[in-house]
Amino acid sequence: MMNQRPFLHGRRLLTWAATALVLITLPMMFTQSFAISMLSQMGIAIIFALSYNMLLGQTGMLSFGHAVYFGLGAFISVHTLNAIGDGTFHWPVTLIPVIGGLAGLFFGVIFGYVTTKHSGTPFAMISLGIAEMVAACSLMFPTFFGGEGGISTDRAAGEPFLGITYGPGVQVYYLIAGWCFLSMVAMFALTQTPLGRMANAVRDNAERARFIGYNPTRVRYMMLILSSFFAGIAGSLAAMNYELVTAENVGVVASGNVLLMAFIGGVGHFFGPIIGATLVTFIQSALSNYTLAWLLYFGLFFLVMILFAPGGIASLITLHKDAWQVSQVRRLVPAYIAAALAGLIALLGLIGLIEMTYQVETKAEQSGTGMSLFGIAFDAATPTPWITSAAILVVGGVLLWAASRRVRASWTAVALVINARRSA
Amino acid sequence: MEFFLVTLLNSLSYGLLLFMLSSGLTLIFSMMGVLNFAHASFYMLGAYFAYQTSVYIGFWPALVVAPAAVAALGALTERYGLRTVHKYGHVAELLFTFGLAYIIEEIVHLIWGRAPVEYRIPAILDFSAFSIYSTQYPAYRVFMMLVSVAMLAGLYLALTRTRIGLIIQASLTHPDMVEALGHNVPRVFMTVFAGGAALAGLAGVIGGNAFVTEPGMAASVGTIVFVVVVFGGMGSLAGAFAASLVIGAVQTFSVGFDYSLLSLFGILGIQTNPESGWYDLWKVTIAQAGPVLPYVLMVLMLIFRPKGLMGTREG
Repeated sequence: MMNQRPFLHGRRLLTWAATALVLITLPMMFTQSFAISMLSQMGIAIIFALSYNMLLGQTGMLSFGHAVYFGLGAFISVHTLNAIGDGTFHWPVTLIPVIGGLAGLFFGVIFGYVTTKHSGTPFAMISLGIAEMVAACSLMFPTFFGGEGGISTDRAAGEPFLGITYGPGVQVYYLIAGWCFLSMVAMFALTQTPLGRMANAVRDNAERARFIGYNPTRVRYMMLILSSFFAGIAGSLAAMNYELVTAENVGVVASGNVLLMAFIGGVGHFFGPIIGATLVTFIQSALSNYTLAWLLYFGLFFLVMILFAPGGIASLITLHKDAWQVSQVRRLVPAYIAAALAGLIALLGLIGLIEMTYQVETKAEQSGTGMSLFGIAFDAATPTPWITSAAILVVGGVLLWAASRRVRASWTAVALVINARRSA
Repeated sequence: MEFFLVTLLNSLSYGLLLFMLSSGLTLIFSMMGVLNFAHASFYMLGAYFAYQTSVYIGFWPALVVAPAAVAALGALTERYGLRTVHKYGHVAELLFTFGLAYIIEEIVHLIWGRAPVEYRIPAILDFSAFSIYSTQYPAYRVFMMLVSVAMLAGLYLALTRTRIGLIIQASLTHPDMVEALGHNVPRVFMTVFAGGAALAGLAGVIGGNAFVTEPGMAASVGTIVFVVVVFGGMGSLAGAFAASLVIGAVQTFSVGFDYSLLSLFGILGIQTNPESGWYDLWKVTIAQAGPVLPYVLMVLMLIFRPKGLMGTREG
């Protein structure tokens, strides 16, 4: 698949120009402050998820501690910002992410030296151990980590430059968008370099990579260092966006979150983590407004993705692109509609059961067992809603099972056509 | 001396508990090459099931009911979860157990709430077994050790002296050959997974009331168990045993030492300046550093002996 075209050929240039245009115009379409702050979060998440995918997707290293570099980059940035505010340090605020990135890189050099001597499962466990170690340290050194409350800062501390103070949210959005665009281009360019190619080789077969004269440990180490640089940039932007960094930012939960983003988006494609970061950030802020059990729904969504679409959303997209090119998508549509309806029925039953359990077990003490779901008011202490929900779930489950067989049958037919066209 | 003996006994009971967890994890790892992230979640479920059982029927039935229920869940996990994602490779398997741990924690939140539940030591075991100098040593700790040791002996005998144990051992190293001899290797895998889950569940039953039963218990024990497995050497039962005792001792003993580098400087007569940036580091006591020590030990082990204490393979 190695192409001989120059790095910036026509279609690719168009894609990047479109990306830049979207980044510039988004805050003009969504002007509410919560929308701007969500867009800013998405930008940060995109950089972080892409930097994570340099490890998991490109080098095959499953890390459970990537937030260490994100969080430490954020802490160093906060201290830098505070030093700028005190007047003890002079540095343009726009370029603070450089410092955050270098901080991430520095810790990547230190921790990566230990972790990248291993690959596979041991690497995963060691990265988890390092993350726990840093998280435990964060409560031991309150001067640097700020203890339980974290460290706050003022992003408008620097000298205004051309009227830009970074006080208003929109200005921070454009700062994040600018860094996000630069990071995306840089990380994409890296996949095209010999190092990026060697990382793929190490992922696919480390032994063969060694045979042709490359040291897999060294490749992993370099990829980890570079990826912690970008994670540090993301952390730095997060510090400026929230003006507060706490020990949670280096924690295992934050590391797990970026893993979920990259995986749900799809680690096999460069654009996968971008989709994942956008979608997961959106789900997390939208769903948490509606239900307290949103983490459970989110976890179930993740498990379903692993079981049925381990390539993530990106692989589903490329799969359908193939079907589209041989104009076979219409054969899939009826089966998809059936599966979507059945899935919706099963989901309704499941949501009913989960929300009722929540009402009875957790919320009953404050608000009683009376509740309403989808506009229907009922009492969760009576058996009728339970039986109804369970029946809906069972019926939906059976229908879904039948529909999934239909989807599989349609796909078998479509795959035949795709293969026939390819070999023709 | 009194402090030392009491802490030694405490660290022993804690270390044995850790081994109940790490032994199951090690067996599952060496058999399927999968590190089960949800293993500590099974421990937590064991504690919660035991709490629920002890509310309805009592503590003693819980010793059997809770591990059995956890084992059933483990079997289902292997059969319908891991076996489905197996074809996608190790990363998918690892991520599946990661997602499962996530969901189990949320389900525990959903059913039992976020606060600790009142899972208490049964009244019949709530007395002091013997006294060391002036300290009354609780009988429940002794009971914990007895259960752990009985379980260990049972595990050892089952693995070395029974036919099933021999087939399991053979499947560890030569699954293809065992399959060729007509044994159902996938079912052996399921049995081992369920057995490991049952061990974790039993650890939860006896550990949940000795410590605290809360939704965060899986995360806090889980990473320590991983440290144990790495420290002892991946896939080595004997290594896991030694590492459990070492890590248990490190965690238990560190709590009791209230010395910091400042106290050392005081003895050596070095003056320190509270204004200096390193002062934070000097004043950290061993008790405060306790939570970090296991990870530091693990990192040191990885630098100087990447195989772990008794590991046979490296990565």
